[in-house]
Amino acid sequence: MIKFIVRRLILLIPVLIGVSVIAFLMLHLAPGDPAKLLAGLEASAEDVAALRVRFGLDKPLFVQYFMFLKGIFDGSLISLKYEMPVVNVIAPRILNTLKLSCASILVALTVGMIAGILSAVRRHSIVDYIATTMALLGVSMPVFWWGLILIMIFSVYLMWLPSGGMGDLRHLILPAIVLGTSSAGVIARMTRSSMMDILKQDYITAAKAKGLPSRIVVYRHALRNALIPTVTVVGLEFGYMLAGAVLTETVFSWPGIGRLIVDSIMARDYPVVQASLVLVAGLFVMVNLGVDILYAFLDPRIRYD
Amino acid sequence: MTEKKIKHPAFVIWNQLKKNKIAVIGLIIVSLYVFCAIFAPYISPYDPTKQNLAESFQSPNVRHLLGCDDFGRDILSRIIWGARISLLIQLSSVVLALIIGILLGALGGYYGGKIDEVIMRFMDILLAFPGMLLALAIVAMLGPSLRNLIIAIGVYSVPQFARITRGAVLAVRANEYIVGAKAIGESDAAIILRYVLPNALSPIIVQTTLRMATVLLTASGLGFLGLGVQPPNPEWGTMLSSARMYLRAAPHVAIFPGLAIMITVLGFNFLGDGLQDALNPRLKE
Repeated sequence: MIKFIVRRLILLIPVLIGVSVIAFLMLHLAPGDPAKLLAGLEASAEDVAALRVRFGLDKPLFVQYFMFLKGIFDGSLISLKYEMPVVNVIAPRILNTLKLSCASILVALTVGMIAGILSAVRRHSIVDYIATTMALLGVSMPVFWWGLILIMIFSVYLMWLPSGGMGDLRHLILPAIVLGTSSAGVIARMTRSSMMDILKQDYITAAKAKGLPSRIVVYRHALRNALIPTVTVVGLEFGYMLAGAVLTETVFSWPGIGRLIVDSIMARDYPVVQASLVLVAGLFVMVNLGVDILYAFLDPRIRYD
Repeated sequence: MTEKKIKHPAFVIWNQLKKNKIAVIGLIIVSLYVFCAIFAPYISPYDPTKQNLAESFQSPNVRHLLGCDDFGRDILSRIIWGARISLLIQLSSVVLALIIGILLGALGGYYGGKIDEVIMRFMDILLAFPGMLLALAIVAMLGPSLRNLIIAIGVYSVPQFARITRGAVLAVRANEYIVGAKAIGESDAAIILRYVLPNALSPIIVQTTLRMATVLLTASGLGFLGLGVQPPNPEWGTMLSSARMYLRAAPHVAIFPGLAIMITVLGFNFLGDGLQDALNPRLKE
């Protein structure tokens, strides 16, 4: 197991380097002079020249790359808009996004698993049809539209919940539902199909033949094994939420990392965009690795070496 | 002896698909969508960009079936023309992704070794940007426009196609007919095109259909963020973006474009699921 983890960690290194190179090159591949891009349209020639020196744009490309990497972590990479180290801008935003993602995963897991189990156990019943249709609707819905609809109902008409911003728990309810909806659909579909596979296995037939009540067969014998693929999906969905939250965060003015990336793109705050890309992608691959390890841990039949 | 007619594979697939109610619904939705996109100039009741401030925020009525938006433009006409923009984005970006993805996946899967290693590591790097983040980054770099949106979404879809093609190629590479084709001196390109890729076709078709759904969601999402198709073009996500401001006064302005996105995405998902069942008989219960 340890060998597997170490090997996977080593494999992550080229991916992380690649990610940082792409994020770094963003500024240089964009059409036009990077110094002019950073300085903005109205900047004078002196401003542009000053920026070129300040960001080391006069140095060779690979030197700039290392300055960029170093700058993310030691605070020498400065946000153009906030005038402070990018880490200080990004860190609180990532925490906000994590908060939202955790709440959403909770929503998705509860709704998705219940729907998935019910439709697998009562296959081809009305419950199954409703649950599978809802799951597909959840996956097909544009999150930003779903957010607007919920705001219309719960904030505008019923006035039960705030329409945006971050504060007490009530601010978290709508965004968590919105961000969790599509994952709930994915989890429901996954749970249903893996549950149906398991229910066809011989040992389930044997358990039923022994005369065990079907409740025990389903929850004690089948569910445990059916949950293994679900765990993987939950992990992946959580990873996607970290970045997929862009739209939800925009609709609900939630000050998360996704919103920060979009705002920084609009404000041409390239250092923040670049550093956020590196950090979010890094977080994402780490979550994925965590999922793989958990998977191997849960299912002893899986061995990776 | 009666001669048994060999049915064309497309015919067999069509027969399977026909039996699947959900898939047929999907096919109808997608056909309707394509019809709107092609015949937009003929079926849309009004000019989608013509402003008429006297009719701003009109609720749905006989003259404007889905009402009017903030500039008094007919929402139904904008949705019909929006289908054209969305289909253009979907088709061009998916074709772009297909070409690059199939090429990379086939090369990697067929040759293996170093080439495969390099290609797949590069795909891993692209996949490390979760969800729409890669598309977002590319648009940020190139600037928001229709062309750049297509490039961004195309590039972000490449890894999926590369992986699927590679997997399918790996599965058939060791077959005897491939070895045989090599033995009679066929070139690698001919082998890949004539023997390997046709066998990889069904997963690619399924993935293409499902990807059309994802691409539409991403494109409209970027439009909503203001980084996709720019106003006054009637792209569905862009329409929703301006409708946000008037949720209280004119909810219909936000409701209909979103419904259009959802129904279309649902159509592609239904069709993709149905194709998956039809093309993969082993999965059937």
